[in-house]
Amino acid sequence: MATDVEANGAAEPVLEVAPGPHVASGSLTTRRMMGDVLLALLPLVVVAVALFRQAALLQMAIAAVATVGGEALFARWRGRRATLGDGSALVTGLILGLSLPPGAPWYVGAIGGLAAAGLGKAVFGGLGQNIFNPAMVGRAFVMIAFPAALGAEAYLAPAAAAATTGATPLTALQMTGEVAPLGPLWLGLTAGSVGETGALAALAGGLYLCIRRTAAWQIPTGMLLAAAVIAGLVSLAGGSFTPAHHLGAGALMFGAFFIATDPVSSPLTPKGRFVFGAGTGALVMLMRTLSGYPEGVMFAILIMNAFTPLINRATIPTPVGGPVPRRA
Amino acid sequence: MDYLVSILLLAVTTALINNLVLHYFVGLCPFIGVSRRVDMAFGMGAAVTFVVTIAASLSWLFTYFILAPGAPLTSAIARAAGLTVTPDLSILNYIVYIFVIAWAVQLVEMYVRKFFPPLYKAFGVFLPLITTNCLILFTCLEVMRHVPAAGLPPAEPWGLDRAVIYAIFAGLGFMLAIVLMAGIREELDHADVPAAMRGPGITLIIAGILALAFMGFTGVDTGLARALGRDVEPPALEAEAPPETAAGQGVPAPAS
Repeated sequence: MATDVEANGAAEPVLEVAPGPHVASGSLTTRRMMGDVLLALLPLVVVAVALFRQAALLQMAIAAVATVGGEALFARWRGRRATLGDGSALVTGLILGLSLPPGAPWYVGAIGGLAAAGLGKAVFGGLGQNIFNPAMVGRAFVMIAFPAALGAEAYLAPAAAAATTGATPLTALQMTGEVAPLGPLWLGLTAGSVGETGALAALAGGLYLCIRRTAAWQIPTGMLLAAAVIAGLVSLAGGSFTPAHHLGAGALMFGAFFIATDPVSSPLTPKGRFVFGAGTGALVMLMRTLSGYPEGVMFAILIMNAFTPLINRATIPTPVGGPVPRRA
Repeated sequence: MDYLVSILLLAVTTALINNLVLHYFVGLCPFIGVSRRVDMAFGMGAAVTFVVTIAASLSWLFTYFILAPGAPLTSAIARAAGLTVTPDLSILNYIVYIFVIAWAVQLVEMYVRKFFPPLYKAFGVFLPLITTNCLILFTCLEVMRHVPAAGLPPAEPWGLDRAVIYAIFAGLGFMLAIVLMAGIREELDHADVPAAMRGPGITLIIAGILALAFMGFTGVDTGLARALGRDVEPPALEAEAPPETAAGQGVPAPAS
């Protein structure tokens, strides 16, 4: 590199060495990260609106307004400066809205948003201190509180598809063993939550996040790898879904790239992130294959969020020049 | 093979699906009181696992041989005494269980004081308080409901082996829950939790969120049984909302 520079006759690189205080870099602020996430969510939003029209817009708007409003309200109650400017509440609300079924009643999104902002974030002290992913806390809250409102009839068939049934591919698999064709599954032309159906759109947005380093690549890698391996074993044992079906169905892609990668509630160390992702993927497959629920991304992420402090403790990396780790 | 499968099912059901802390909400006092440090939480989990195993197996023995209606030992004594009635001492169940639990806790206390003095100091009052831990009495009562008795056979009789496995995994489930909670609370030491929520308040909220998360395991037992080739009734499940897990389910929650 250096020789190139000299050969071209350009000036040598200038290294500025100065005593502190230094000018802080603006490249990794919360605001920039959240802007990245919003940008990466764009393909999913487009797919969602194309599929479910007003229903999708309504769910996203209600959830976003409720979450942002809840954030402002709870910050005011505590006498703290409201942190709406960083956009984190907007991202939480949007992810919550994308994870709700399109036919859910309006109060589901509203209560879910308030629960996400309050129970998921404000009680722990606000941004950066929550243990669980706020959007998933909100969704779990409404899912257990209104099981009927979020049941099968809330999953509308997308307007753009010729599907006659509102059952999601995973529900169909569980109830009747019916296998959805791969193409519509990946493109998103199936029933499902507002933003979970478009696996390809989620993949595109997610790759952008990983390249921008807003999301840690280890988490989706571990998650998709574990899910694919277990799905392969299940299909070898006689399951009708192949790994490609499992990766494209439900909220796996959306969850792997947008929900599990929440930097607050996932581990800090590279190894820990991989363990976190693999654990989430394994739990998702466990719940999809064995439990009474057709999908398990939300539960899996919440459970692994609870394990995050223990994973952090167990995977403290050795500093350069530090003591050689003892082999057990 | 069938025996192994049933044991595996019992273990998974007890430790994960019907986790005593996160599903029945018993044993909350040590769950909140001793979950500040991970090592202490682990110690408490180990102590509770030990006590619950001893207490549940002794309870099974006492119930089966002495207390249950028509129990062999009592019947023999009654016959020797020339009585014709079927003896039934089940009125004494609770008293006997409480004695058994207290005895087991004493055993643990002496052991910990002798071999882990710092742990003994750290536990403080919570070590003797294991006696009143409702998780342990809950396990004993659950075992009691399944003891095969001549007079009133239960729907699903457990042998001593089942009782011991149930108790061990009840303890391990408690250990899992309390260690998870301790890890989270250590992390929260640095968090700006609202003053009114600090300590038990935030702990109960986290326990609630954990319970929500663990609801994802609902139905894993029937799924596992099906996958392992056991004949079970196909569960009548609504999409994304199994009716038996719906909010209205009357969880038999014993008072703590």
